[in-house]
Amino acid sequence: MIEQSKIRNFCIVAHIDHGKSTLADRIIEKTGLLTSREMQAQVLDNMELERERGITIKAQTVRIVYKAKDGEEYIFNLIDTPGHVDFNYEVSRSLAACEGAILIVDAAQGIEAQTLANCYLALDHDLEILPVINKIDLPSADPDRVKAEIEDVIGLDTEDAPLISAKMGLNIEDVLEQIVAQIPAPSGKLEEPLKALIFDSLYDAYKGVIVFCRIFDGRIRKGTKMRMIATGAEAEVVEVGTFGAGQFIPCEELTAGMVGYVTASLKNVKDTQVGDTITDAENPCVEALPGYKKVNPMVYCGLYPADGAKYPDLRDALEKLQLNDASLQFEPETSIALGFGFRCGFLGLLHLEIIQERLEREYNLDIVTTAPSVIYYVYKTDGEMVEITNPSNLPDPSEIDHMEEPIVSAEIMVTTEFVGPIMNLCQERRGVYLGMEYMETTRALLKYDLPLNEIIYDFFDALKSRSRGYASFDYEMKGYVPSELVKLDILVNKEEVDALSFIVHADTSYERGRRMCEKLKGEIPRHLFEVPIQAAIGGKVIARETVKAMRKDVLAKCYGGDISRKKKLLEKQKEGKKRMRQVGNVEIPQQAFMSVLKLDEE
Amino acid sequence: MERKISKQPIGIYIHVPFCVRKCYYCDFLSAPVDERTKEQYVQAVKEEIYSYQENLKAYQIQTIYFGGGTPSLLTAAQLQEILFCILEVGEIQDPSSLEITVEVNPKTMDCKKWKVYREMGVNRISMGLQSSHDEELKLLGRVHSYDDFCRCFEEARSSGFQNISIDVMSALPNQTLEQYTETLERVCALQPEHISSYSLIIEEGTAFWEQYGPGKSLEQQLPGESLEREMYKKTKTILEEYGYRRYEISNYAKKNFESRHNTSYWIGTSYLGIGLGAASYFDKSRYENTRDLATYITHAANSEKRVVHKEVLTREDQMSEFMFLGLRCMKGISRKTFAQKFGHEVEEVYKNEIASLLEKKLLYCTEAGYALTDYGIDVSNYVFMHFV
Repeated sequence: MIEQSKIRNFCIVAHIDHGKSTLADRIIEKTGLLTSREMQAQVLDNMELERERGITIKAQTVRIVYKAKDGEEYIFNLIDTPGHVDFNYEVSRSLAACEGAILIVDAAQGIEAQTLANCYLALDHDLEILPVINKIDLPSADPDRVKAEIEDVIGLDTEDAPLISAKMGLNIEDVLEQIVAQIPAPSGKLEEPLKALIFDSLYDAYKGVIVFCRIFDGRIRKGTKMRMIATGAEAEVVEVGTFGAGQFIPCEELTAGMVGYVTASLKNVKDTQVGDTITDAENPCVEALPGYKKVNPMVYCGLYPADGAKYPDLRDALEKLQLNDASLQFEPETSIALGFGFRCGFLGLLHLEIIQERLEREYNLDIVTTAPSVIYYVYKTDGEMVEITNPSNLPDPSEIDHMEEPIVSAEIMVTTEFVGPIMNLCQERRGVYLGMEYMETTRALLKYDLPLNEIIYDFFDALKSRSRGYASFDYEMKGYVPSELVKLDILVNKEEVDALSFIVHADTSYERGRRMCEKLKGEIPRHLFEVPIQAAIGGKVIARETVKAMRKDVLAKCYGGDISRKKKLLEKQKEGKKRMRQVGNVEIPQQAFMSVLKLDEE
Repeated sequence: MERKISKQPIGIYIHVPFCVRKCYYCDFLSAPVDERTKEQYVQAVKEEIYSYQENLKAYQIQTIYFGGGTPSLLTAAQLQEILFCILEVGEIQDPSSLEITVEVNPKTMDCKKWKVYREMGVNRISMGLQSSHDEELKLLGRVHSYDDFCRCFEEARSSGFQNISIDVMSALPNQTLEQYTETLERVCALQPEHISSYSLIIEEGTAFWEQYGPGKSLEQQLPGESLEREMYKKTKTILEEYGYRRYEISNYAKKNFESRHNTSYWIGTSYLGIGLGAASYFDKSRYENTRDLATYITHAANSEKRVVHKEVLTREDQMSEFMFLGLRCMKGISRKTFAQKFGHEVEEVYKNEIASLLEKKLLYCTEAGYALTDYGIDVSNYVFMHFV
């Protein structure tokens, strides 16, 4: 059995791109469990998609052995955390599994919005925070300024903060030594009943659900009858083990202080919710670990197979993805324009995009996505309250007393020269200004309350483009407030297209309607007849564009050598037509259904 | 006793991929080359022709067409060598009914060449004029002036050619309707037997694409759709006044002077394409030669290496081609021919398509079958798409 005094459980937190995964790679490399050849570019981000996007989606964990300068061998459990606000809850559970956190700050950029958000999150969990200044190899690096910033803004002592370059492998050992010296060892009680925190789980076709957990008290081994306190699920443990780099290493038992995995032929990750507590059914602990909550989707949209015949395939694929992603929700729905599909709930827009890409990439499905929506509370005149995630289901205006929409409190960090443009952006998005703090003379932290439905459409892109990439952003749900909302309908050739409807604030509805019509004009191909595109609120048309009738589609020359090529072009044209959605007698290309997402592009 | 051996008709196309200079709009396989390469090419073409000796036994040659590029860039002797080679390998039933066309560029001809052409049996000339306005010719990158062309046309006439076709182009950058109709009227005044008028297409890979292609700096100088269609309609009106009949989307002829060779592409007659990048259609298959000159010259007789693309047409392919190529002809497709070829009524195979296109007034019923309406021509790709 490993002595708890030789264990260090920690995670790395940072703003996106400040080098979290690179440092993780270096730590793994330096501890010698992997040869350089085995190192993939970034060991922890092993989903293809994650690597491409350079962000971590699923928390991953690795157990490494470090021989410190004091001659002792230490077990490091490095728990990787997702790097996006969509996955904040997962981050908080990963943090709860640790005693300490390495806070990476970019030596050139300094503190960013997510640096603060993640750091506060870590402080909330009483973690020992180890600041590390990364990217000191950059010509623009200014470690002294960044150190001062950390002391001023967060109040951490930076005297011993290692100055490193994860990319170049510079001073990584300082970090390793500080982990040993600064991060407290776990102090679980071995004799107490089993108490373990689930911080992640994944589905494996052979082993069933693999639960990632941190043992706080007691022990767990093969044959333990485990119980998940919140879900009530019970199962007999089949295997326990620790995390090698990219592999599972079975062991005899997991004891207090350790981080590892447990399998128990569970078929669904729903039984092993992140944040839940595992105990021994035959000797249960008195109370669960704090902090469990069921994660609820914030953003909804319709997902439809491009080819209607692929509906069962889409269902299968969503079911498989859900095995690994308890936060993904879906239920069947139908659309007049798009046929049979699913209304799906996501943690945020990034989560939506990731699922959509995985469906296309891993399951080879062509997907049509409708405009994302948040959950609106609709109070009807008869006193009933309904939650609406699909604009088409909005009751008739005459039945609506009032509506409420979700609000988030947002923090935007920006260099002072862009404060103006960013404030304008927030104003346009109906933000309520709460205040501004100067980080130092050149940077400010803007605080706003923003309606969630204003940030699910291209807010990130707008933020980046108006600050030349310098602004960073973080938010959390605040609650619901009454709002003057209307449903904007789109009529194509006088027919309402349900999948194009969306809910907007009354004040911006004219502008959005007009932009939507303009956008669709560019997306809908010409037909043999004129196609009017109209935006309407409650039957009243507020904007109109017209796709002119097709006047010419002819190939002047077609001789012997042109025939094969010509035939291919016709086939392609026909294929494109097939992939369009027929609404009345108008064909609408699939990307048109996502137009609403790009209304702010100029 | 009459011996009845039914041989299939076939057309022969010879591609000559050489020109004096590449026109700015041209996306054909053609480039300026030296004399030695030309001679090597002629020998390679002959080798390719000889390699078809066996295949040609089942066929009877109806038409021979030298296209390019600029075939008239070859010496008369080289052209003759190729022609004789074809006549040696293939069978011709009646030499007087054989159509032999050569495309010529006005800058490459002289009286002596015309004479040799006549003597070797060339009986149809296709002249690339494109425009009667020198500034338009210059814009297109043509190497000749309108005067050069007129001189050339007269020489052809005086050398005895009685079947001459002239190519013109519409929808040129900044072209007005008046400028275009002026070209048409000047051409008609010369009384050629045949006129082809093509609407300019900006093809990728051409010099024009860089200037006038989608999103490029001069794109706005191209006539808009409505002007382009107006030019197209005007072509028919003017040419009809002068006694020409439109028989295909871009082709007009006096009675009995339709290009038999080109028509064979649209009615599904077999053809052998000889030369660089040339396409063939026989034994229900389509073939394409390599577009690499060195490969072609080395391997002209070796079909394995020469042919880069082969497609065996299924019955469905054949029916679909019958429709979308046949409908390019103004007289349309024949219900009877379809039934004879495929053993099914055309209405059986394309029931919904035909009904919908008739309803949209893109097709109309002729006595023999179906043909494109005027609007059907304008959006003919949309119509043809229904049959692939």
